[in-house]
This record gives sequence, C-alpha cells and structure tokens, in this order.
Amino acid sequence: MENQKFYYDNKSVKLFLLATIIWGVVAVLVGILVACQLAFPAFNFGLEYTTFGRMRPLHTNAVIFAFVGNAIFAGVYYSMQKLLKARMFSDVLSKIHFWGWQLIIVLAAVTFAFGISTSKEYAELEWPIDILVAVVWVIFGWNMIGTIIKRRVQHIYAAIWWYLATFIGVALLHVVNSFELPISLIKSYPIYAGAQDAVVQWWYGHNAVAFFLTTPFLGLMYYYLPKAANRPIYSYRLSIIHFWSLIFLYMWAGPHHLLYQALPDWVQALGVTFSIMLIAPSWGGMINGLLTLRGAWDKVRDSAVLKFFVVAVTAYGMSTFEGPMMSLKNVNQMTHFTDWTIAHTHIAGMAWNGGIAFGMLYWLLPRIFRTKLYSEKLANAHFWIATLSILVYAIPLYWSAVTQWLMLREYTPEGFLAYPNFLETLTQILPMYTLRIISGIMFLTGFLLMVYNLFKTMAAGSVEADEAAEAPALVKAGSRNPLNETVHRWMERKAVRFSIWVFIALFIGGAVQIIPMIFIKSNIPTIDTVTPYTPLELEGRDIYVKEGCYTCHSQVIRPFRWETDRYGDYSKIGEFVYDHPFLWGSRRTGPDLARAGYINGPMYKNSAWHYNHFMDPQKMNEQSIMPRYDWFAKKDINLDMTPNKIRAMQTLGVPYPEGFDEKAVDELLWQADQIVAELKLSGIEIEPTKEMVAMIAYLHKLGRDIEPNTNQNPDSHETGE
Amino acid sequence: MNIFYLLIGVSLFAALIFLVAFIWAVRDGQFDDNDTPARRMLFDDDSIDEEENPG
Repeated sequence: MENQKFYYDNKSVKLFLLATIIWGVVAVLVGILVACQLAFPAFNFGLEYTTFGRMRPLHTNAVIFAFVGNAIFAGVYYSMQKLLKARMFSDVLSKIHFWGWQLIIVLAAVTFAFGISTSKEYAELEWPIDILVAVVWVIFGWNMIGTIIKRRVQHIYAAIWWYLATFIGVALLHVVNSFELPISLIKSYPIYAGAQDAVVQWWYGHNAVAFFLTTPFLGLMYYYLPKAANRPIYSYRLSIIHFWSLIFLYMWAGPHHLLYQALPDWVQALGVTFSIMLIAPSWGGMINGLLTLRGAWDKVRDSAVLKFFVVAVTAYGMSTFEGPMMSLKNVNQMTHFTDWTIAHTHIAGMAWNGGIAFGMLYWLLPRIFRTKLYSEKLANAHFWIATLSILVYAIPLYWSAVTQWLMLREYTPEGFLAYPNFLETLTQILPMYTLRIISGIMFLTGFLLMVYNLFKTMAAGSVEADEAAEAPALVKAGSRNPLNETVHRWMERKAVRFSIWVFIALFIGGAVQIIPMIFIKSNIPTIDTVTPYTPLELEGRDIYVKEGCYTCHSQVIRPFRWETDRYGDYSKIGEFVYDHPFLWGSRRTGPDLARAGYINGPMYKNSAWHYNHFMDPQKMNEQSIMPRYDWFAKKDINLDMTPNKIRAMQTLGVPYPEGFDEKAVDELLWQADQIVAELKLSGIEIEPTKEMVAMIAYLHKLGRDIEPNTNQNPDSHETGE
Repeated sequence: MNIFYLLIGVSLFAALIFLVAFIWAVRDGQFDDNDTPARRMLFDDDSIDEEENPG
C-alpha cells in the first residue's frame, strides 16, 4: 500500500495554546477582583462597569469559555491530527474557528462590563453573540467531523468519542437554552417563564459542566495522560463503558440545582436520582486515569506534567462524588445558597480543569516548539503552589458554608431566629473571604511562573507550522461479512456486551423519566391574584437583570421555618409565570428578595430606605458589602423602549390588555409620580424617569401579589401602598 | 411543567444520537479490538511503523 504524504497543522494548535495562556491569566485576575469585592466593597471602585454583579459573569465566562475553551481546542486540534493521521479538515475552518472564538470572548468581556446580560448563568451572552457562538461551534464540529471522514486510521480512539460528544452536547444545550425574543440588538427576553425558565436554564447549566468542563477534558485525559506516562490506558473497555453511560446520564440531572424551590417534587426527585447514578460513570473515568499510572508512580515523582494530571484526576473523582452528595435534598439545604457550591466548583475548576490544562500545556508546548521545557523546577513549583492554593480556597469556604448555615437556622429558646439579620451571618464569614483572596493570589503566582516558563521555552524553539508525516490511506473496513463469518458469529463479538450495557443505561434512564410523566399530571398551578409587571416594574426588573443583582440575591424562598421566618412565605410555582427570565439566583451573598414587596413581611423596606440604601449601602448597614448604585439617581430609563417591551411580553403570552403598549409610558409615569411623591415626604427630590424609581417599583412588586388584601382588581393602579 | 416535555424530547434526542453513534461504532468494528488502540496511540509520532491492516 502506498504511503500518503501529509502535513500536520501545528500553527492552529500554537494559536489556541497562546490564547489559553493569555485568557487564563485574565480569568484568574478577574477572579481575584471579584474575590476582593466580596471581602472589601471598595474594590467595586464606585463605577457601574466594575461592580460585582457585572464582573462575576465575566469571571465565570472567562474561566469556562476563554481559558478552558481554548485549552480544549488546542488539545483537540493536536491530538486529533495525530490519532487520525490526518491534517485538520480545512485550514479556513480552523482559522475562522480560532478568530471567531476570540472575537466572542472579547465581545463577552465588553458586553458584560456594559451590563448587557440575559442573567442566565453561564449563558449571559445576549442573542447576537449567542448566534455567533452557534456558528463558530458548528464550524468546530464540521472541522472535526471532516477530519474524521478523511482519517487514515480505521479505529477512532476513545479521546475522539469524548470530543464528538462535546460537540453534540453543547450544540443542543446552547440552542435550546437560547430561545429568546429580541427587542433590540442588546436586549432580549427568554421565551420561557418562571419555573420553566429555571428548569431549562439549569438543564443547560448542569450540562455545560458536563459537556464543556467534563467530557472534553476526559478526552484530553485519555490522550495526554497515557502519552505523558508512556503507558496505555488502564482499561480501554472501561473507557467505552463509562463514555456511553456518562453522556447519557448527565442530561437528566439538572433539577438538582432547584431542590426545595418552586418546582414539582417529582422533577426534583428525578434530578436527584440521576445525579446519584452519575457517580458510577464518573468514577470510571477517575479509576481509569489513576490506574493507568499503576507501576509508573516513579515517573510521577519526577514529572510536573504527571503530578498535575494526578491531582486533576483525583479532584475529578472527589468532585463527582461530592456533586451527587450535594444533590441529596437533606445535604442540599445546607450546600445550596451557601459557599459550599462555590468551593465545589472551584475544586473542579482549579484542580480538574486547571490541572489537565496545565499538564497539557507543559507537555504539549515544548513538543510544538520542538524543544525541551525551559525549567522542570519552575513547573514543579507551579504545581505545589497551585495545589496548595486550592486547599486555601476550599477549606475556608466549606467552613464559611457550614458556619453561615448553622447561624441562619439557629433559634433562641424563645423560638425566635437567633440571627434575624442576614448581615450578621455574612459578617461572621468575611474573614474566610479574605483567605480566598490569598488563594487567588497564590494561584495567579503559580500561573505566572508557568507563563514565564513557557515563554522561555517558546523563545528557545520554533514551531514547524506544517509538520510532514506519512501514512497509508484508509481502506474501508466495509460491513462485517467475510465469507467465514456468519451473522451470529458477528453478534457474539465483544461489542454485544457493550450493547447490553448501553441498553440497560438507556432503559433505566428512560423508565425513570417517562413513568412519572405518564402517571403524574403535572402543571403549573396559577394564582389568580398574581398580576403582570406594570411598565415601571418591568423597567426596574430589566435594571435588576442588567446589574446582575441575581448574583448575590436570590428570589425563591424554600419551605423551611428558618427561611419563611426570615424572608416570608415560601415561594409558589404560580408566582413566577410572568418572569422572563426567572431570577431565583444560586448563591445568597445578600438576603433573599422574593418577598421584598410584601408590606407585612419581614423583608419590606419603604421607598426612602431603598433610595438611601442604593445611594450608599454602608450608610444603612455599616457592615454591608453591597456596592453603591448611586447612578440609579442620575440615569434615565429609556422610555422609547417601553412599548417594545410590553409588546414583546404580549408575544410571550403575558396578558396585558390589547393596545396596552400605547398606554404603557403614561402608566409608567403615573406610577413613577406616586413613588416620587412618597420620596418627597422623606425630603428626597428625584425625577420620575430615573432608574432609581423603577428599581423601587420593582422591589415593591416582589412577592406582593399573594398578599390577600391587595390586588382584588388587577386593572386598577397598584403601587403596593 | 410543559417545558419538561421539550427537555425530555431533547434529552432523548441526544441519547438517540449517541445510540446511533454507538450502533455505527459497533458495526464499523470500533470495539472489536480493545487492546491495540490503547497502545497504538503511544506511537503516533512515528507514522510509518505501527500501521496495520485496518479492520
């Protein structure tokens, strides 16, 4: 058979490697900034562009899509070509993929700073960028599948299966979660409302973890770990089994992010069940990774690359055990809304994704540049600093989670909440937030050691952009029908065993999901007194979304006595039917606001209080870590957009009367005047079109509707006073 | 929870894609040999030596 000559594309790999390093530094820097903001509010700098609410999405997106994303692409582009003995399908697609992705990252950074955000966690990008993401993602998949088609090796190695699952999984999640109705180039409303939006969002959110942070990195593990150890993977068979079971099970576990919240019980139980089942395939990956090093642990002692891989795989095992445990409802009441989840994600992010990415960078970059790593010693130093920093991160935050939870649920012997003021529980854990900053600085120090080490390495070598290689063309295997092999014989091959396993996995998953669907009539119990937002409240809600208030304040009260005593009656599904998007939040750095507008409730504050609090939170509560929002008093809401927003809401099924869009501005000004008049009684002068007025109106709407004494007539003007 | 019908559909669709991929993989002989691929990838820098008759 003739050997075909071809060239590996190393230039794309190099570009993605450089992007990984650069965005990694940015992501960690922003992480340190948000950590500083939580410990010392002065780090919000008094600017609207740099508040925590806007920087937190920037941090999460930079880590996930910029740092981890580029690491995935670098790893995939290198390993795929080598495994398939083929150049990437198209240089043009590779180029569009690289520059398109970097453009998305820059657009994300800019739009988040300007408060252009959908508020859906890890999907905060607005619709034009969503479309760009979809296009670039399809180009990535097209490039991969094209390469597979023109491969020169019959067998598709395990790593590539994970890459393909990544492509399919992310494409599905991104498209379904991004159905939104645009009202301008920079603003849209999701088509889902309330509990439904929550279910879709966390189906996405959970599976973004699965198909962006897990499956591609398992693929990288299956390539780079055996390469670095120069040993075959422990069990190729296990890699196949845990691949098929993991990709199937993950898709169903999303509701574990919504336990005890306004969601039918069976959906919660379903999410928990699948989460527990996920331990098995997840640990398949950990076991396979660690046992590959069986008999090669002496190499681990000498190699920083392998050390990073070992910590990464171990952390993966711990996180995928911790995750299912956190999905148990009794554990979840502590871990949800506290720092436990933050610690959990950072162990996974810093150790698992970071470890695999760092190990891969140290292994791959010298190969691409055809030289040796500049300093193994520095790499080892990076390893120890990074590993220590993870402990400095996780332990204080676990401590803080338990402390805050115990304080929140503590009662005096007389039966009152021991710490009725949420702020007391936060002040108690602030020292832990200072420790977190130290962890961030440590992690960054290690990172910068790597940057120095790698740039020195690059300077010593040079990239062969097109590396020559030879391999025979692929002879199609054809159908499995040689003369001496009957169909039955073919059926008996090893593959059958795998089919059975997959069938069992599919059947269990399907049965658990479908049977309750048939036997339980599920619907959203609506509540008659719940009315749509007035135009002013809607404008306020959009500001709430824009400023990222949901990053610290939840809007859903769980049915525990210590929550209902503190925040008001527990949340009902029917309360959220007009919420595009839902704003339940995922971490309470501040108190829950679901009943902030319920006049007889514990969370109610009058207009003047809100005004003063936005102007300077520390004046109202000395210990508060909330940034000031004094620009609310200066900036006007855009009344030109108000009719558009009402029309969009009507399209989405919110029952405003016919022609209400025409009257919306008048209605808005009427309600604003009430608030302005009320503020005037407290000696505060403000124009009715300021953002402040809309925010106060919105906060006074929250949870007000199930108050039995208001809103008997939904058509009458209601201000909640 | 009408949205669950869509999500079940989408999840099953994803599962179906994976199932089809699995069946294709079995038929294509991807799982016939569970030892060689694990070793072969270690030698992929040396493009000529480890070529074997595919399938």
